[in-house]
Amino acid sequence: MLEVDLRADGPIPLAARFSVAAGELVALVGPSGSGKSTILRAIAGLARPSGGRVAAQGEVWFDADRGVFLPAHRRAVGMVFQSYALFPHMSARDNVAAAMGHVPRAARPAQAQALLAMVNLAGLEDRRPAQLSGGQQQRVAVARALARAPRALLMDEPFSAVDRATRERLYREIAELRARLTMPVALVTHDMDEAARLADRLVVLREGRTLQEGAPQAVLTRPASPEVARLIGVRNLFEATALAPDAEGFARLDWAGLTLETRARAAHGARVHWVIPDGYVALHRRDRPSRGEHENPVSGVVAEALTLGQTVQIALRPDHAPQLPLHFSLPLRVAQRNGVAPGVRAAVSLIAEGLHVMGGPGA
Amino acid sequence: MDWQALWLSLRLAFWTVALLLPLSIFLGRRLAYGAFRGKGLVEALVTLPLVLPPTVLGFYLLVAFSAQSPLGALWREMFGQPLAFSFQGLLLASLIVNIPFAVQPAQRAFEAIAPEVREAAACCGMGPLRRLWSVELPLAWPGVLTAMVLSFAHTLGEFGVVLMVGGAIPGETKTVAIAIYDRVQAFDGAAAAQMSLALLAISLGTIAFSFAMSRRVGRRLG
Repeated sequence: MLEVDLRADGPIPLAARFSVAAGELVALVGPSGSGKSTILRAIAGLARPSGGRVAAQGEVWFDADRGVFLPAHRRAVGMVFQSYALFPHMSARDNVAAAMGHVPRAARPAQAQALLAMVNLAGLEDRRPAQLSGGQQQRVAVARALARAPRALLMDEPFSAVDRATRERLYREIAELRARLTMPVALVTHDMDEAARLADRLVVLREGRTLQEGAPQAVLTRPASPEVARLIGVRNLFEATALAPDAEGFARLDWAGLTLETRARAAHGARVHWVIPDGYVALHRRDRPSRGEHENPVSGVVAEALTLGQTVQIALRPDHAPQLPLHFSLPLRVAQRNGVAPGVRAAVSLIAEGLHVMGGPGA
Repeated sequence: MDWQALWLSLRLAFWTVALLLPLSIFLGRRLAYGAFRGKGLVEALVTLPLVLPPTVLGFYLLVAFSAQSPLGALWREMFGQPLAFSFQGLLLASLIVNIPFAVQPAQRAFEAIAPEVREAAACCGMGPLRRLWSVELPLAWPGVLTAMVLSFAHTLGEFGVVLMVGGAIPGETKTVAIAIYDRVQAFDGAAAAQMSLALLAISLGTIAFSFAMSRRVGRRLG
């Protein structure tokens, strides 16, 4: 378990608190300047925040109240830097062996070799970083970070410096590697897709503050605030006014004149934000109307239909509020069968279960 | 050919380099990575000998070496001989004159190491000394070597300060550069030419050696 609680004032304020269980991968996400890297550096001992506490698997690395601060070289931490930061004058094997101060000298080359084989670099042990591709350098960096038998593995944007195809391959490798890792892993990224694919849990940060923590699916479908929704790139984010609740006490919303049913609660008269994830916007089929169509029907004109591979990204301008387009995607086949194209009329249902309401004025 | 003067020059250059090597590593690294009060002043002091006329520098050194000054008095107390017009005094002057040549290339070389590489070394569990030995020095080595070669070659060629603080005592302070001047004054053109050629060859050889070494290291890091 890696426990992190960091506070700092000054140019890069911090108020971050989260924990990572052994074997768990937590992604720290947020825009640039949100303090993600600073947090990682503070965990590694490369930066010293003014307050807080960091403990890894029972060992206290930093405790401002008790004046404890272990320097980086005394923390068993594995760090993968964004630029990899390999030692340019050493071979791949020596780079990995350099982190094995705790291993008897004679055993280091063989262990380094084994780690390099684990990250699929067998046969390239004698190459220097300059003789390796970006993806290969990243693998050396991962092997070196693991070489120290770390109590926590930290990765700072480890996929940002490679091309897309390599990145896809590295994602798969990291996913496979994870099955063998027993330490907590913290990954910093600004890429929501990457975070959602790799992480067990997300920590959404902004200006050094933890805004929300949770499973990727939960954060993506039920953001804690409009701020989080914007940060994670939710496009269907709207404002509404809560009307008198329905018979079961669920909120009804006035969305620019259209009444929406929900499965959420909101105080009568409150200004709220609501979001609806892609999967809860259901297209009304031309050939076969269904019962579900009575649920929050919205009709309008297709403003945009972008085909991306096998899916079509659609923007629908509702008749009652054309300035507030709804975004959703459909399988290409479904879009074609229903004749969805720019300028065509279409209707959708907003499934009440998926409609997530966030209270609070101006939040 | 004044072999004694040449030998003295080589001895002076050797000791200058030997004593400046640890200083260039320590001070170059400190100036590259450290953030401390008065850093600007230290950097200015390190550069000063480069821009000061040798006569001005020589004059102040001479004043500092005199038996009336605290340094000169202390030296006489400890070693029983004056600092001025002695090999030790000449060496001290040579050290001061060469500080910019020894420190600045080393500082630039340490600065050129990416901060993440040094941080990665710390995250690999290396303490400050091991970081210096295993990561920083191997990467800064070409710069440190350049610093030493420049100091060596510059010591061989130094004239003004040597003349001011050393006089021209054979075997003690008469370097080959002084000997050449001495020969020219005596209209001994042949000896002056011979010694100039020797100095030229040694200086060229030293610098060529340093370039070749730097290139080899550069290729290795490619």
